[in-house]
Amino acid sequence: MSRRYIPKVITANRLREGDVVYQTADDRWSPFHHEAELIEDEAHAQLRLLHASAQKLQVVGAYLADARPGPNGPEPTHFREEFRTRGPSNYAHGKQADYRNV
Amino acid sequence: MYDYADFDEAFVRARVAQFSDQVERRLDGSLTEDEFRPLRLMNGLYLQLHAYMLRVAIPYGTINPRQMRQLAYIADTWDKGYGHFTTRQNIQFNWPKLPDVPAILSALADVGMHAIQTSGNCVRNVTADHFAGAAADEIEDPRPYAELLRQWSTDHPEFQFLPRKFKIAITGAPNDRAVTRAHDIGLRMVRNAAGEPGFEVLVGGGLGRTPLIGQVTRDFLPVEDLLPYVEAVLSVYNTLGRRDNKYKARIKITLHETGKEELSRMIEERFAELRPLFGGNDQRLLDDIRAAFATPAFRNAPDGAYDDFYKADPAFRSWADTNLAAHRAPGYAIVTISLKAHGQTPGDASSDQMRLIADLAERYGHSEIRISHEQNVILPHVHKSDLPALHAALSQAGLATANVGLISDIIACPGMDYCALATARSIPIATEIAERFKALDLEHEVGPLKIKISGCINACGHHHVGHIGILGLDRAGVENYQITLGGDGTETAAIGDKMGPGFAYDQVVPAIERLVRTYLDKRDGAGETFLMAVRRLGLEPFKEALYGESARDAA
Repeated sequence: MSRRYIPKVITANRLREGDVVYQTADDRWSPFHHEAELIEDEAHAQLRLLHASAQKLQVVGAYLADARPGPNGPEPTHFREEFRTRGPSNYAHGKQADYRNV
Repeated sequence: MYDYADFDEAFVRARVAQFSDQVERRLDGSLTEDEFRPLRLMNGLYLQLHAYMLRVAIPYGTINPRQMRQLAYIADTWDKGYGHFTTRQNIQFNWPKLPDVPAILSALADVGMHAIQTSGNCVRNVTADHFAGAAADEIEDPRPYAELLRQWSTDHPEFQFLPRKFKIAITGAPNDRAVTRAHDIGLRMVRNAAGEPGFEVLVGGGLGRTPLIGQVTRDFLPVEDLLPYVEAVLSVYNTLGRRDNKYKARIKITLHETGKEELSRMIEERFAELRPLFGGNDQRLLDDIRAAFATPAFRNAPDGAYDDFYKADPAFRSWADTNLAAHRAPGYAIVTISLKAHGQTPGDASSDQMRLIADLAERYGHSEIRISHEQNVILPHVHKSDLPALHAALSQAGLATANVGLISDIIACPGMDYCALATARSIPIATEIAERFKALDLEHEVGPLKIKISGCINACGHHHVGHIGILGLDRAGVENYQITLGGDGTETAAIGDKMGPGFAYDQVVPAIERLVRTYLDKRDGAGETFLMAVRRLGLEPFKEALYGESARDAA
């Protein structure tokens, strides 16, 4: 019996800036987790990861991260991924500062 | 301190040019990430959780005011206005952008600095006693030897692809402030029966997932044999060290798999081959290097207003009691500038603070600055008459926290706030402990207590040798913190004992408080430190405090 596939998003860091980004359904790299494409099928996930990994001039280290659907779009399920959506906890640096009004 | 010779200058410039070209080729797609990663790591550039991170070497923790100002300039120009001093006496910039890194490396080269061998499977930055050249208990300044090791290991063709990274620590004093027993090679200066200086050589120490205290392979190594002996150790390790398993690749595993007897025999055999090949060149080089570490011209002056200030000003007295150490020259003191203001990130300094430290080092400290593995800044040579003025200047910049060696002087790795390897956060645990004990106003009563926090099993925060060690783990998707007790990083080094089940993030500070209150209840007067009490009482009363009935009532 196969277990239910845990939904995923594809995330990476931008090559030039190092910023955390997420692959959207329309093939953009968004800084926002909630704009990511939520992938619920394993085969599709592998294809999308291949597509992401091929964008060598845009991003580094693309991988699949567990996620779940939320009211505004996909949400992270693990604390590490949650931290990546915001930035560090000791300073208001990173996304929490860069996109304060978004 | 040592200034770059033409050779160093040309080498570092050539490396900047080489890496600049590599960055360009990565950005235009000529290099893939797989090809580029080892190249960037060789130049100290990591990709972390939120951004790139550049680790810059501060050899044996010695840095001059000009270099410190340049770090401030880099922080302002290409980063977010601060830098993070690490447990390996380096500095890390947490937010550089890849296209800017060549310019940063070039700016570093302008002041004789670089990021070479701050990563990768090579000999890393050699660390040293942060009181080197100043400590009252010192036999000899270890930094000329550290510099000799730096020059020898930099781009050493035989040792660029070791089985794993290799860390050397050195101290010139019998009191070990450089954690030499937890390094791949630890060198501790001692005297032989004839009164000559030499090194006790420890091999195979290390923390990480397999914490081990180094074992003595030579009780007394004459100082002139240092380089051939260290080369022999590296050579044997390079041959025997396991390349099949990253977790068994450090020399500490080689030592245990080979046995100390056999490994020592192989080292001695190789040493006998290597020693004649040096032909005295290393000693000539060492003589030149020694000249660069000449003692500053100390002032012979009265202590001035020091005693009056000490008696009259409680803030100054408190700071003097914790942040000063005995200097070998009369009338002088070693000043530790705490980068552990309560609630602030351990080891972080803003660019303004860096510039002020540079100014104060010039004004009051013979232009010398050191970075400690405990993530503080040292002004090693300050005349006591200057201490009140120095303290006043530090106070205005938030740099006069009187807590060195106390519970809030916490070592913490960057943890999951920055590090891609981390399994949990460290920084907020450190800041919350510091703030809690400040609120309780207890830390001076508690006295010497070293808390060390790592955000993963790799133990950059040295948690195994903390009197209280805290290790952050990921337990089923939740941050969980394991506590160890009784660790010691000095010449009486010991690995701390695990106490039991870990604690949730919000339960760590109360758990630490219970440990400390147990100590205060049971200590044999204020003269018995936390570590002494743990050794006398054993773990049981502390386990009871953490997990017993009273702990459950408190929770």
